Amino acid sequence: MERIALEKKVLSENDRVAARLRESFREHGILCVNLISSPGSGKTSLLESTLERLPKDARVAVLTGDIQTDNDARRLARFGFPAKQITTGGTCHLDALRIERALADWPLENLDTLIVENVGNLVCPSSYDLGEAAKIVMLSVAEGEDKPLKYPSIFAKSELLILNKIDLLPYVSFDMAHAREYAWQIHPGMDILEVSCTTGQGLDQWIQWLEKRRKAVIGEKIAD
Amino acid sequence: MHELSIASAILDAVRSEADKRPGAHVTKVGVRIGALSGVEPEALTFGFDVLVQGTDLEPLVLVIEPVPRRQRCSACDITFEVTEDNLACPRCASDATTLAGGEELDLAYLEVED
Repeated sequence: MERIALEKKVLSENDRVAARLRESFREHGILCVNLISSPGSGKTSLLESTLERLPKDARVAVLTGDIQTDNDARRLARFGFPAKQITTGGTCHLDALRIERALADWPLENLDTLIVENVGNLVCPSSYDLGEAAKIVMLSVAEGEDKPLKYPSIFAKSELLILNKIDLLPYVSFDMAHAREYAWQIHPGMDILEVSCTTGQGLDQWIQWLEKRRKAVIGEKIAD
Repeated sequence: MHELSIASAILDAVRSEADKRPGAHVTKVGVRIGALSGVEPEALTFGFDVLVQGTDLEPLVLVIEPVPRRQRCSACDITFEVTEDNLACPRCASDATTLAGGEELDLAYLEVED
């Protein structure tokens, strides 16, 4: 019997494609964010509210992942920005190769922000690097405030936590203070925004966050 | 449940290593799974066994080494293992610690018999 040391990542193939994407985004000065949540937390609603508020000449595009249907891409296309559905046909997450294929016929020089809406799932998407500059995790107040403790991986890896549906707070038992405490317990100092896509509360801060993050990417490009 | 995809990626790696050694039979593959990897060891073993069953790789064994989350306290200049989600520094009790490991999803080794 002989033991052979391997010392490589299980997902090294995905990571190789993700690194290629990251380099391409950097070259083109594109901020790419990877939006992750449970099904029904409001990812598509957040994107609708975002696209609705952006100036018509904003250079933004969205990729949206689902197991079946192109409903989300159709919901998002009506704002006039490029939107494409990635249908995984059963797979519970997006991977870097799917992103690369989806972007193959898009002119990246026309973009400065790419928002990827992952498949609704708090577990699997956390393992797959898509070449993004930042992961964003979303949690709605209709869910349990202990989600950060139950799914630490995605909260530890995300730069921003968006707490959505805050207009429902009077009707649910969600404890906002605990939600923040748990998130910071898993990821000290992570950014947290409270929003409602129904009332519009907090959406300006979210768009400012995106803008600040985009400027950081441009800063990195200039610094090269 | 993406453990089946992960198991499949492990088997791809096993096959590509096996191809480099004609005649050798891979009996064991060792992986390191971090607490933050998002991979459930039990589900991974289940998916792995299902994929191996009935193939030429049988009876290949998957050995999982779980790796705890680590945090770093820059004030004390130490890295420590996290137990029960307590991220506070064991020396100075500060909460201001940063992630220093636990995301591993690594192929560690193969055991082969000629």
